[in-house]
Amino acid sequence: MKGHKSINYWKSEYIGRTLVTLCGIVIVLTTLAIIAFIAGKGIQSFTVSGISLWEMITSTNWSPNDGHYGALIFIAGSTLVSIGAVLVSAPIAIALAIFMNYISPKFGEKVLRPVLELLVGIPSVVYGLLGVSILVPFLRDSFGGVGFSLMAGIIVLSIMILPTIATLASDALRGVPPQLLEASYGLGSTRWQAISRVVIPAAKKGVMTGIVLGLARAFGEALAVQMVIGNTIKLPEALTSPTATLTGVLTMDMSNTLNGTAWNNALWSLALILLVISFLFILIIRFIGNRGGEK
Amino acid sequence: MFKKWKRASFLLTLVLIMGVLAACGNDNPNDASSSDGVGAEISGIVTAAGSTALLPLADVAANEFMQKHSDVSVTVQGGGSGTGINQVANGAVNIGNSDVPSADKIEDEALAGQLVDNKVSGIAFGIVVNEDVKVDDLTVEQIQGIFSGKITNWKEVGGQDLEINVINRPASSGTRITFDKTVMKDVKINDSIGTNQDSNGAVENSINSTSGSISYLAMSYLVEGKDTSLKIITIDGAEPTTDDVANGSYPFWSYEYMVTKGEPKGAAKAYIDFLVSEEFAEKVDQMGYIPMVELMDR
Repeated sequence: MKGHKSINYWKSEYIGRTLVTLCGIVIVLTTLAIIAFIAGKGIQSFTVSGISLWEMITSTNWSPNDGHYGALIFIAGSTLVSIGAVLVSAPIAIALAIFMNYISPKFGEKVLRPVLELLVGIPSVVYGLLGVSILVPFLRDSFGGVGFSLMAGIIVLSIMILPTIATLASDALRGVPPQLLEASYGLGSTRWQAISRVVIPAAKKGVMTGIVLGLARAFGEALAVQMVIGNTIKLPEALTSPTATLTGVLTMDMSNTLNGTAWNNALWSLALILLVISFLFILIIRFIGNRGGEK
Repeated sequence: MFKKWKRASFLLTLVLIMGVLAACGNDNPNDASSSDGVGAEISGIVTAAGSTALLPLADVAANEFMQKHSDVSVTVQGGGSGTGINQVANGAVNIGNSDVPSADKIEDEALAGQLVDNKVSGIAFGIVVNEDVKVDDLTVEQIQGIFSGKITNWKEVGGQDLEINVINRPASSGTRITFDKTVMKDVKINDSIGTNQDSNGAVENSINSTSGSISYLAMSYLVEGKDTSLKIITIDGAEPTTDDVANGSYPFWSYEYMVTKGEPKGAAKAYIDFLVSEEFAEKVDQMGYIPMVELMDR
């Protein structure tokens, strides 16, 4: 009898623990393997193919057929399009979060939240298709040019990251202790004063995290942006001019270049640059998190 | 009772997975040569991957070939010419489909020496414009002017006053490399004008919706019913047809290659032979490609 009990105990205690630990180890190993692989491939263009890192990140001359691998246009394109998307999206998302939590919680819970969840679930190729078939012709008719433009990329991306920022901002606002709100009402503030002066500053950390996550998502998005931005290898002169992004050039050229060629190595370096930048975003999130915790 | 069933179905799944894994393990090129079938019934597995331009033809050929030889299984995938050559060089597939000779893509000469480029068909490309463009013929020099950015308005080449919107393929695309080699020659394509679209479908879409636009598309995308809204322009009066390519007047075409590691053997050889055969030539022509039999004397 005692033995039976110990088998049961062994089952319930150790099997679960082993499984969970194993999953944790697998995830860590996978992440490390991906980083090691991309870094290993990415530095080959500098170590094997003899491309200069400085040229890659400062030159705008990308013509692989002549051996020039300046990626500044793509870095600038990715940065502009994702910052633009956050600038459009963040104010709307924060407004939505305030509305959901303080202005009309019932409507927010019943309608807005499900709608935002639906928006998250729409695959990016659908956003891209809608962008190509509706947004691009609309922009062409109203602003001239070919329609494929930085602006089209910003609009598509801002719709894509809106739910991310709104959901996180909403969670942050919900986490603000009600006592703060009551105290500010007690001091005689109006609802709007309470929201703008007390609740939002108190939830700043969560809101900022949402914004940085949105920025990271925008930076890494490939398909939808590639479909509407035009992929012209040129720095954009205006919101209406087409340009290219890091992810766009990767998806366009990766399958057509051969392993081990300078061109292919340069593309891996672009992937490495993407990875480094997304790590920077994660560092920023952690930094924001830590600073909030010390208060 | 229920538990038993669960266990049985679990075992069955396991066996199936093992079976599939074992079958995948057979994918290496040597297995395709398991029967060198001269005269005998051919059998084996042929895997092909690569060029999306060749994909439709390779697919149809695979189906017809498998109907004739029930013991052969042919699977064809896309992925781009680079992927095709990569995979065949690594031994992952038997055949790598490519729009360009393998030597054009591969830098490692030792590896390039092992690969054999089998020509399986020709393919012509059309210069296509939006239907609002009132130009029907361009000379090679005019096309070079347009894509290098010297000519920016249709009135400069005999059309109406309308801005030219250039649509390119990305620099690594097989179609663009052919365009570069056969039409642009020494003139450089200017990448900072117009837009880049990464597939034939996206090009078709953009031309349709952008006024004054010009680009180039494989004729296999423009046959029967697909050509309704796109206008194909003649080059120096020659059309992208089998006849004009065969008699040498139309410049914008290339071979399609099925690259093998070493000379093709067994089922892979039979499949390639079937693709270039006289009996399949009519289908090749119908699908917008140029049968090899028409290109014999070139």
